[in-house]
Amino acid sequence: MLRALHYETSKTSMSHLVLDGLTKRFGSFTAVDAMNLSVERGEFVSLLGPSGCGKTTTLQMIAGFVDVDHGGIRLDGADLVSVAPNKRGLGIVFQSYALFPHMTVAENIAFGLEMRDIAKADRDRQTLAAMELVGLKGFADRYPRRMSGGQQQRVALARALVIKPALLLLDEPLSNLDAKLREEMQGELRQIQRSVGTTTILVTHDQHEAMALSDRIVLMNQGRIEQIGAPDQVYDHPASAFVASFLGKTNVLSGIGDGQGAAAIGGLVLPLPGAGKGPLQLAVRPERLTFAGAEEPGLEARILGRVFQGTHWLLTADSAAGALTLMRGNDGAAVPAEGETVRLRFSAADAALLPAGAAA
Amino acid sequence: MSAAVTERNAPFLLTGPALLVFLGLVIIPLGMTVLLSFYDWGQYKGIVPEFTLKNWIEVFTDSYFFEIFMRTFRIAFLVTLAAIVIGVPEAYILNRMSPSWRSAFLLVIIGPLLVSVVARTLGWALLLGSTGLVNQGLMSLGLIATPLEFMFTETGVVIALIHVLIPFMILAVWASLQRLDPQIENAALSLGAGRVTIWRRVILPQIVPGILSGSIIVFALAASAFASPAIIGGRRLKVASTLAYDEFLNTLNWPLGAAIATLLLVALVLITVGSNRLIERRYAQVFE
Amino acid sequence: MRRNGPLALIFHGLFVVFMLAPLLIVCVVAFTPEGYLSLPTRGPSLRWFKAIFDYPEFIRAFRDSLWLAALSSTIAIMLAVPAALAIARYRFPGREAITALFMSPLMVPHVVLGIAFLRFFTQIGISGTFVGLVLSHIIVVIPFALRLVLAASYGIDRRIEHAAISLGAGTATVFRRVTLPLILPGVVSGWLLAAINSFDEVTMTVFIASPATVTLPVRMFLYIQDNIDPLIAAVSACLIAMTAILLFALDRLFGLDRLFVGSGKG
Repeated sequence: MLRALHYETSKTSMSHLVLDGLTKRFGSFTAVDAMNLSVERGEFVSLLGPSGCGKTTTLQMIAGFVDVDHGGIRLDGADLVSVAPNKRGLGIVFQSYALFPHMTVAENIAFGLEMRDIAKADRDRQTLAAMELVGLKGFADRYPRRMSGGQQQRVALARALVIKPALLLLDEPLSNLDAKLREEMQGELRQIQRSVGTTTILVTHDQHEAMALSDRIVLMNQGRIEQIGAPDQVYDHPASAFVASFLGKTNVLSGIGDGQGAAAIGGLVLPLPGAGKGPLQLAVRPERLTFAGAEEPGLEARILGRVFQGTHWLLTADSAAGALTLMRGNDGAAVPAEGETVRLRFSAADAALLPAGAAA
Repeated sequence: MSAAVTERNAPFLLTGPALLVFLGLVIIPLGMTVLLSFYDWGQYKGIVPEFTLKNWIEVFTDSYFFEIFMRTFRIAFLVTLAAIVIGVPEAYILNRMSPSWRSAFLLVIIGPLLVSVVARTLGWALLLGSTGLVNQGLMSLGLIATPLEFMFTETGVVIALIHVLIPFMILAVWASLQRLDPQIENAALSLGAGRVTIWRRVILPQIVPGILSGSIIVFALAASAFASPAIIGGRRLKVASTLAYDEFLNTLNWPLGAAIATLLLVALVLITVGSNRLIERRYAQVFE
Repeated sequence: MRRNGPLALIFHGLFVVFMLAPLLIVCVVAFTPEGYLSLPTRGPSLRWFKAIFDYPEFIRAFRDSLWLAALSSTIAIMLAVPAALAIARYRFPGREAITALFMSPLMVPHVVLGIAFLRFFTQIGISGTFVGLVLSHIIVVIPFALRLVLAASYGIDRRIEHAAISLGAGTATVFRRVTLPLILPGVVSGWLLAAINSFDEVTMTVFIASPATVTLPVRMFLYIQDNIDPLIAAVSACLIAMTAILLFALDRLFGLDRLFVGSGKG
């Protein structure tokens, strides 16, 4: 039954995944709390968050390895929860790769085709094509044990893609690779996904990976979705202090709203539509903080320390609006020393107003 | 969802067959044996299924049985002690050998474990007899004038049992030595510790759990050993297991034999479980 | 790692002599040409090895022992594999107790087991039969089978099985194509260790063997009880030689340390 569905999805163009109020509890702990998400066909979506945020549990529920307590999962409008995990037809790349150690590369890749009773000749052809796709031509008879991490990663990807899955699930697939290889694989993964066009869900705790690969990022914390959006949108306009601090470095500054669309942060007064009356919190990225000119209003801050990072300096400072970090490009200009007092400014467009009561 | 049901039942379905076998072939027979120890027996009437404490009273009051049980545990204690004194240094020496030598000698040390205990004990009977190689050697060296008595003595039984059981001690200690960080000795050296101090303060505390668990195995097996005491000790030097054997297959007083067997089992369970508890409590942090 | 000093090596040498001496003396005595126990000072003779064939009891007991070992360890492994998988991967009430129960034949004195089986088999009327021997041997070898299969099962990454499931494999296919091949080293070595232990078992078997069904170690034990002569040395020498060959093969196949320390993974 699913095979029919699977072939259908590869032809139609309106495939998408819907999570509807998805909930999972382990005892009294709620791992995933009423999660709603819809993913467009061909989209690359990342579930991003710290460990324990529910992203892996969500993936496991889509894959069918963890039972759903409440809510539904629909693929192309058809219910997925009631389908046995081995009939779902999803491609999964595991963090540990989970290659079959007793099978060769070709046998690993062909396994899913074999389960679908595809004739030998067809199987061989498709296996070969998959190996070519991931750049492993000529490795057919190699055993996984005798391959590098990056190569094993490619086998796992080929094995998942060769069954033409309706959905590709990636569970921290790059976390076992070293930094350089990881960057390489990110580019390659993105390019392969684009060329195959398979809808992909990536689970990761690495913000750079999520930003580099995804069309949209789903930021999760404590079983709930904090924000969904394109990488730059989420980065520039964090919806909560958590998102702001989880995605890159950020400063959470406290100010006072005047109730008429403006706020004072130290000596700096900015027009802030949406700001209420009374105390408020703003998220500002370190790279958006600049030094104010002599005539300009600014936020006074005392430099506490500075760390050289090659392309830039990272300065920590203390101000009336709270502790903050700022970035100064290594462009030859003088950098304030520890103990100096500077005046900082930023524009309203660089600041994101955080909802009241949200804590970092 | 049906998958959830099987997931919950799976462990019981999977262990079910073995559980049934153990229920039928361990629990029930052992229960019947305990029951048997409370039955009456007579030379001519045989086993009479009437409840009596006769056998237990006999086992606990007759000094003959007391002596045999004391001997059994004395032998087990001596074997365990010797296994520690010989086995611990040997395991340490093995652990410091190059891998190829080590695996060769491991073959020599573990190998005898796979040889029938009857054949091994026969070897000791040949070596320890009054005209055996050990006595001939000692006499030709002029160390002794008359042959030493090994056969039918506790010394002989202890020697044979050390040979049979010492591989268990070496394996247990070696397993804990393998868990040691090889750099740890160097760390102690760099801090100025001498060889003896390193042994006493660094190595020994870490392998004590291995020594203790090896000791429990050796003690339990020595106390319940049968073939070696039967061959070396003969009918003259009885231990608990050969005593039970005689009651069952020679005297045919099964209820009394069952009482002896039950007592041996209970004593061993108390000793091993008790010392296990002790070890786990004292060395919990070393284990993990 | 630091090297062993001369004292340590002397100690080690003496220990090796201690371990090998009883086995060597048996093999040497077996070659005596004399009619009594003696070293073959007049040169080796195969007289006593030929004599074994005049005692069909030994040959028959050997054959029975082989059958017994093969049958009981095969059944034991068939019980141990599902049990080990359950213990390794599920947390269920009674898990610890069940594991302890399955390992208990290691700690229950074999004399006690022998007595229990003798009593039980007499009651149900299979005393002295081959079936009785097989049943009792299944119990005493299960711990060996279980321990090695368990070690192999703990080593499996469950995500490998999940990968197979996600690729469309059903429960039976996952077991046959993925799980079983992954634990196979544990299964094979567990079976072998079980078979060896069944073959060597004497203490329990002596209670439940009958003249019609007797194993080789029991036959040898009963023989030694009557008298010790070069014939029994020759039988023992054959056994030692066979074990040595098997040991060598096992070491080549699996590595002995892995087989006995039981910590290794496939």
